[in-house]
Amino acid sequence: MDFAMTEQQKMIRDTARDFAARELAPHAAQWDRDEHFPAEAVKKLGELGFMGMNVPERYGGAGFDMVGYVLAMEEISAACASTGVIMSVNNSLVCWPLETYGSEEQKQRFLAPLARGEKLGAYCLSEPDAGTDAANQRTRAAPDGDHWVLNGMKNFITSGAHADILIVFAQTDPELRHKGIAAFIVESAAEGFAVISKEKKLGIRASDTAQLAFDNVRVPAGQMLGEVGQGFKVAMSTLDGGRIGIASQALGSARAALEAATEYAKTREQFGRPIAKFQAIQWKIADMATEYEAARLLTLRAANLKDRGEPYGEAAAMAKLYASEAANRIANEAVQIFGGNGYSKEFPVERYFRDARITSIYEGTSEAQRLVISGHRLR
Amino acid sequence: MDFTLTEQQTMFRDMVRDFAAKEIAPIAADMDRDGGMPDDLVEKMRANGFFGLSFPEKHGGLDVDTTTYGLVVEELSAVSAGVAVMICVHNSVGSYPIAMYGSDELQARVLPRMAAGEIAAFCVSEAGAGSDAAAIAATAARDGDHYVLDGSKMWVTNGARARFYVVLARTPGTVGHDDIHALLVERDAPGLSVAKEEDKMGLRASDTCVLELDGVRVPAENLLGKEGDGFPVAMKALDGGRIGIAFQALGIGRACLEAAVRYAGQREAFGKKLWNIPTVRDKFADMASRLHSARLTALHAAWLKDQGKAHTKEAAMAKLLATEAAGFVADEAVQIHGGFGYTKEFDVERYYRDVRVTRIYEGTSEIQRLVIARSVIRELG
Repeated sequence: MDFAMTEQQKMIRDTARDFAARELAPHAAQWDRDEHFPAEAVKKLGELGFMGMNVPERYGGAGFDMVGYVLAMEEISAACASTGVIMSVNNSLVCWPLETYGSEEQKQRFLAPLARGEKLGAYCLSEPDAGTDAANQRTRAAPDGDHWVLNGMKNFITSGAHADILIVFAQTDPELRHKGIAAFIVESAAEGFAVISKEKKLGIRASDTAQLAFDNVRVPAGQMLGEVGQGFKVAMSTLDGGRIGIASQALGSARAALEAATEYAKTREQFGRPIAKFQAIQWKIADMATEYEAARLLTLRAANLKDRGEPYGEAAAMAKLYASEAANRIANEAVQIFGGNGYSKEFPVERYFRDARITSIYEGTSEAQRLVISGHRLR
Repeated sequence: MDFTLTEQQTMFRDMVRDFAAKEIAPIAADMDRDGGMPDDLVEKMRANGFFGLSFPEKHGGLDVDTTTYGLVVEELSAVSAGVAVMICVHNSVGSYPIAMYGSDELQARVLPRMAAGEIAAFCVSEAGAGSDAAAIAATAARDGDHYVLDGSKMWVTNGARARFYVVLARTPGTVGHDDIHALLVERDAPGLSVAKEEDKMGLRASDTCVLELDGVRVPAENLLGKEGDGFPVAMKALDGGRIGIAFQALGIGRACLEAAVRYAGQREAFGKKLWNIPTVRDKFADMASRLHSARLTALHAAWLKDQGKAHTKEAAMAKLLATEAAGFVADEAVQIHGGFGYTKEFDVERYYRDVRVTRIYEGTSEIQRLVIARSVIRELG
């Protein structure tokens, strides 16, 4: 066992922390209020290599390990959870399946610009009637010569309105249910692609969450990712890694809330002393800190398994389940420690509380993580 | 023991439910988005007696019992918690100190105006005095037959719309509980100004203000109780206020449960309706059970108050249980809605933000625990 960070991991964390303090923290509240997509910051993240952190250098990535990715995601998300999810989706849900299932040509053409941060990616699985039940895909892909023609609607697509390259799942043979799904690489410039609407959300308001329409979108056969019938496997294996990203995002919100509450408790005086002197507050801080550390270990372990080439699906689900639930409890207690101030937009815990809430919903709800974990344990 | 509602209680509940469905529900999401509420809604509520609920009949009020009041608050809150808190504060902490501790003359002069809808607010909290209400720094200096008020009050619900403010302030140079006075201040008093409205997570239909007091002269006859009674007057008012907030939380909680059940009856996953999935059913069982037990506690506290019995502990229990239950229920309602629960297209997103303040204002959950523990130790220790 070795719990120490490598030199490279430390460098990644410090770089991310420094970037977050300079480029994200000063703007996060404003971006939240205005629902402003942080395009400039995302571009700079690309220059740091953070949009393709785990992608080999020959495909434009930084070639870092997954542990480094977790550390960076936590730092970015602690300052701005919206930027965190944009980064997580590009890295985990778009670059990873391209690297894992893509042909050499696909990697050169699509993965490299995504990994360099020159292009932005989105992952299009959810539909209005396919949320937790992701196999219930209604989007159709019909062959037409050397093309596939896509028709359907995708829902809750992170970065959907800003993405250049989308991984789109569609049914080639509805009879086969989840065995009749394929993954496609679609460019947002394609004719027939349209952004229908953007969601107004409780939190992560600087990230865009869009409803997308595919109306006879013609996709060259060479842009199928993997094979016919392999789509569901592509989708699910991609989400395994995505969950490590969302767990890290949750860690960021949790740590930001914990740090803010700790600082506030030390400086806020009531009954003639700092509220940190009260046992009720001390115990809250103790539980918050313990849950944060446990969530972090679960997440780093899942990342380490992935780095070592071991199975990590169950570990990733556990990390996501625990870290997201912990982040909500921690943000909730942070609001409570702030009292009325925690309910006001003048203090950032109000935003952390709203941002944290999504982490136990997207990329598989807590209920879906429990299905995954029990599926492993009861197999 | 009798668990049935009286005819009057049922009638009020049904009337308010109809009013809320017709007049408030259609604009609840808009009020949240835009902040504030339209004047004509406030006017309609005046015309329908909402501002006279808890006022004596001789002063033009409806003089309903606390249970009825709770049911009214619950119905309003199920539709708009922001509208409900305006009515809560006006009918409890904003007016109770006058109705209980004001001179007959003051009552006769002021209560009919309040009952007719001139809005009341309650001003205790300050930047440095939240849970520790006795730490207030605002001062009331005696000057002949007047008091001169200076200081700044925070988190004043109804601050912008109010005509009357119950203000706690202390004799200059003092500390502690004993030299705090409760005074009624009118809106047009020179030196009184509403400084700003808070930008809040939820309850955005309701205005929450900073109140500045700069040499405000208040006639000595506006003193509520005796000099130095301010702290007990405020605490007494909060006992009743907490019953109201408990019902506010219960109203939001009920709306969450209703929305979640409705959604689960329509939404399908894995080939069946969500409400046929065992873990979703378990959530409903826990949500309903926690709301029901909290509701019985709140009804009991209301009954004690109406019997003229001590209810400090029970009101604190009601607020603690109801607000924590409603927070849990709102969270589960969002979860059952999945991604949709995170969007403003569904009401649960608003309920989730609105309910969060109920564990904070009129005494945080931590303060309720202090109050309850003190009573328990006194009784059993």
